[in-house]
Amino acid sequence: MKPFDYYTVTSVAQAVSLLSKHRHKAAVLAGGSDLLAMMKDRLEGPKLKLPAALIDIKGIKELSYIKEQKNGVRIGAGTVLADIASSELIAKRYPLLHQAAGQLGVPQIRNVGTLGGNLCQRPRCWYFRGKSFANCFRKGGGTCYAPGGENRYHAVFGGSNCYIVHPSDLAPALIALDARVEIASPKGSRMVPLEKFYVGPDKNILGETILGPQELLAAVEIPAPAAASRGAYLKLKERQAFDFAIVSVAVNLSVAGGSVGQARIAFGGLAPVPLRAVKAEAGLKGKALKDAIAAACKAAAEGAEPLSQNGYKVDAARGVLEEALLSLA
Amino acid sequence: MAKEEKDPHEHKEQQKNPLAISRRTFLKGVGTTAIATSITIAPLPLPSAADAAPPPARREAWIQLTVNDTVHRLKVKSHWTLLEVLRKQAGLTGTKKFCDRGSCGACTVIVDGRAVYACSFLAIAADNRKVLTIEGLLQGGKLHPIQEAFLEHDGLQCGFCTPGQIMSVKALLDKNPRPSADEIKEGLSGNVCRCSAYPKILKSALAAARRG
Repeated sequence: MKPFDYYTVTSVAQAVSLLSKHRHKAAVLAGGSDLLAMMKDRLEGPKLKLPAALIDIKGIKELSYIKEQKNGVRIGAGTVLADIASSELIAKRYPLLHQAAGQLGVPQIRNVGTLGGNLCQRPRCWYFRGKSFANCFRKGGGTCYAPGGENRYHAVFGGSNCYIVHPSDLAPALIALDARVEIASPKGSRMVPLEKFYVGPDKNILGETILGPQELLAAVEIPAPAAASRGAYLKLKERQAFDFAIVSVAVNLSVAGGSVGQARIAFGGLAPVPLRAVKAEAGLKGKALKDAIAAACKAAAEGAEPLSQNGYKVDAARGVLEEALLSLA
Repeated sequence: MAKEEKDPHEHKEQQKNPLAISRRTFLKGVGTTAIATSITIAPLPLPSAADAAPPPARREAWIQLTVNDTVHRLKVKSHWTLLEVLRKQAGLTGTKKFCDRGSCGACTVIVDGRAVYACSFLAIAADNRKVLTIEGLLQGGKLHPIQEAFLEHDGLQCGFCTPGQIMSVKALLDKNPRPSADEIKEGLSGNVCRCSAYPKILKSALAAARRG
């Protein structure tokens, strides 16, 4: 790795103060699984520079907790993934989040990786990660190599100029649970729906979120589950151990009197952002779940624009959604 | 350098490497010219109030690392990984470097009771932590029951991934002494074996759990 200035901070105030001083030159270090690998690869481009400073937030005690509160559960961004996966409170109240946390990474990753790190991880696109492809849009260059290249894992929705897919497992799960995130900055903090935290390449080609250079993701708040709600998280992988999703789906439904009340569905692995399946949700509401599954799955795949090698993802998306809905019917 | 008395508790590699300083060598070394010229005693960082100004940037630091119950005081660069420091400074080469990207598991060690990839852990961030490596499993010169199980059931072929596999089994059994086969597969999911000795690794882990 190239040498860097290393800071250890013990409070959010210290972290954002350093971030506002160093801005784009600094990177936040938590578990380090993603960041250190990118730094070892010396991944750079016209607008992607190796960080000159790392701000290690592992020592911020106030960022590590899972708390039950009046209107749901609040999880600190520094909470280690293994603690989320093994939390009885999460397993009981949000089974789909429990399932997503248990399926991501491996013990060695979950033991150090954090909630915030999982939500802010960079895409796995092999052109973005490949040192030889410095002209990639996401590194500030002038092209996307995916449409004319090897694109079997790339986006089938919302690509337009860059075809990354969002790799997080927790993001679709938390979006289906209607979670909000707290973003801290030197001026104070703001709450944003997690769905709005992510932006596609048309809005931000150099990053996946709205997080400013002086901001830090501080916490996630999940509202209390609706009465009679049920959820499922399914992940399709090429390898059964240690793999990112080809397609994943998080489904959160409330069912009363035989028909679907609320429905929230979010996909991972399909688009540059964790993708809400709004049409499929609408197709379920007010209907008996079993009768509405086929139409909802069809609606979920509408508008897909596959590249030369990834058309199978459209079928896969329909398939995982069908399986998830059947498991809840 | 003045000839020092051999200390049976010191690791051989450690003695070869002048950079490797355990608490014992450090204390012994203070006052001998050769070592004194290369060491300055760094003050321990004081705990700071939550909102106080952040501590200054560091490019290197003295860290105190307890590895297999031996306290090491080491001067590390901020960009060195725990893996590099374990191998090169502490002289503990049982922990293997392969992918160096947190993908293969060869570098698995146990930090504060949890299995981690030492290649993806900054040494400077390991200050004041307790690390267990494959060398630490040896008890009074005797192999650990997990190591015995791997030998007995041929849980390896080339052996390069074995220290990492064994450390993952150790971390799993510490938490779950009687895991099912599926739980073992999950516990070892972060350790790749390119020889594909998986069935025998599983068999060895199951046997180790029975010996427990």
